[in-house]
Amino acid sequence: MSKPAHNPVLAELRERIGQLEGKAARAKAVLPFAVPEMDRALPGGGLAFGALHEIAGGGGGTIDGAAAALFVAGIAARTRGKVLWCMTRPDLFFPAISQAGLHPDRVIWCESDKEEQVLSAMEEGLSFGGLAAVVGELVRLPMNASRRLQLAAEKTGAMAIVLRRWRRQNEASDYGQPTASTTRWRISTLPSERLPVAGVGRARWLAEIMRVKAGECAEFEIGAPDAKGRVCLLPTSTGRADQAAGWRSLAG
Amino acid sequence: MPASKAQAMVADLVMVDAAPAEDAAALERLALWALRQYSPVVAIDGTDGLVIDTEGADHLQGGEALLLSGLANRLRARGLTARAAVADSWGAAHALARLLASDTTVVPIGDISQAVIDLPIVALRLPAETIQGLRVLGVDTVGQLSAMPRAPLTLRFGPEPARRLDQMFGRVAEPIEPIRTPELIEVAKNFAEPIGAPETIAKYVRRLVGQLSTRLADEGLGVRRCDLVIHRVDNTRQHLRAGLAKPVRDPARLSKLLCDRIETIEPGFGIEKMVLVAIFAEPLEERQVASCLIEEEIADVSPLVDILGNRGHRLFRVAPVASDVPERSVRRIAPTAPDIGEAWAVKWPRPTRLFANPERIEVIALLPDQPPAVFTWRGKRRKVARADGPERIFGEWWRRPREFQAVRDYFVVEDELGERYWVYRAGDGIDPETGSHLWFVHGVFG
Repeated sequence: MSKPAHNPVLAELRERIGQLEGKAARAKAVLPFAVPEMDRALPGGGLAFGALHEIAGGGGGTIDGAAAALFVAGIAARTRGKVLWCMTRPDLFFPAISQAGLHPDRVIWCESDKEEQVLSAMEEGLSFGGLAAVVGELVRLPMNASRRLQLAAEKTGAMAIVLRRWRRQNEASDYGQPTASTTRWRISTLPSERLPVAGVGRARWLAEIMRVKAGECAEFEIGAPDAKGRVCLLPTSTGRADQAAGWRSLAG
Repeated sequence: MPASKAQAMVADLVMVDAAPAEDAAALERLALWALRQYSPVVAIDGTDGLVIDTEGADHLQGGEALLLSGLANRLRARGLTARAAVADSWGAAHALARLLASDTTVVPIGDISQAVIDLPIVALRLPAETIQGLRVLGVDTVGQLSAMPRAPLTLRFGPEPARRLDQMFGRVAEPIEPIRTPELIEVAKNFAEPIGAPETIAKYVRRLVGQLSTRLADEGLGVRRCDLVIHRVDNTRQHLRAGLAKPVRDPARLSKLLCDRIETIEPGFGIEKMVLVAIFAEPLEERQVASCLIEEEIADVSPLVDILGNRGHRLFRVAPVASDVPERSVRRIAPTAPDIGEAWAVKWPRPTRLFANPERIEVIALLPDQPPAVFTWRGKRRKVARADGPERIFGEWWRRPREFQAVRDYFVVEDELGERYWVYRAGDGIDPETGSHLWFVHGVFG
């Protein structure tokens, strides 16, 4: 935990609980976003290694998961070491992934026929050790499967990322189901940054932390990863204010 | 046919002395190659053929038809003319490969009788006198022979014709004894009492792997493919093959690969013998691992690649190709290939997801080079708020002559909700020679 407790009794209790959970022995490594506002919302100051993170797209992204995949690529790009990326539908366009800073030499792609095989490949990759991150594109993530992935990740300290991608938009209500993941994100696209000339600027996303263990939900407007995989925080866009104003006028 | 008669029939006939010993040696080399590449069970069939048990091995090549055409193509590339057939039984495949005119034949499961009923009786691997005798009786095809009563047939020609018929129709098992050479390193374990429990199998697999790796270490070899042959008490066999990306003789890694698939072993009434063969071994030198305090060590991933690859996952890495056409700019390479070092040089934005088949959209756009104002994709009408383009990509006429004039104009469009798409128009908007002027969505941006 980032903040030391003021009460010594509480601190002692926390320590004992930590020992019971078996986490005290290992200093927790995290991958900071280098965006202070986002890192403050995450316990430890960043995305934890040795933990399971769930990331999904919002809106049309529930099906194609394009923004979520790029967000994951940006996270994986900032780790060190090889990355295993498991999937059943091979429709990622690799030049775009490499534009987010993830070099093609670092990624091993694993294509499987079934969802269960993706889970088993992820678990094998996590328990192998020596990988920086293991990414899996999944439709369903049952509680038991997520718990196994979380335990496998805890054992070796690799980061497990599940990229949720549904077949139909209305199936995305599944995202409310409880899983053992440490954080749960939703990345939705927003109108891009306005340029002084005609054209499409840097992609803007709404990144929502829907759930985080020992932390609070938060949402940010971020710019898509640059060539080194870094995201940036953007001021709240005028477009959204307009939208809110529109709703208000409808309501009133 | 005597040589003089043949010379009389064909002018300028070239005569070459037969070399049966060399032919047999070449066939054996071919069999060993197929043993490494295709299936754990390969044997020499007669003097002119190979028999391969493709059960459980065909899916690795993409199915029976692809396996067969791939095999025929690879042999043709080496200057060999081959005919191949897949059928439920050795007898039927033997006959179909030799007697049908087509290069490759695949008989669907359960269709043997229809495929072989019209074949002549020479297809049955019978001695010449028996065939002569059957011809005298007026029996010409397999169908006629199989319709005859068995008792008089056996009385006159012995049990052979009936046995060969049953083997052809798959009513009698005909085990294939796989080819072995003295160079192959092989360790075996006989059991006094048949075993069957998974823990026991795992224990003996580990012991066999230990013996094998000792033998490999003596010869300075590492294994690339090894087969575990399981002999059951009812005289049937099962084969497990483990493939490795690099030569290995580490007992822990090899036994993990084999023990991973113990659940696919059917012990039946019990296992009486297990044999472990290093089918394909390569020299393996010991390498010193330099430890450096400054550089972070990047782990070798080949053990993981082996584990996942043997479970049937398709593993690959991608490498850039110098092509502007998006679907051609990527190629797959082996996961353990050396690092390429370079990435795509393109600086224009590229979509995260690329559709294998671009999807047609209805568009309102100003010709020739304005981005769409409105487009309808998957039944939903989207108004374009912002757009970038065109990025013109020309066809690659050096690959396909039809692309000589082909042009695609790509646009990045963003609708009012902020969803970004990669759309293109086939053609330059003026000249109909350059394309159909239809619009497509090719990808989705993040």
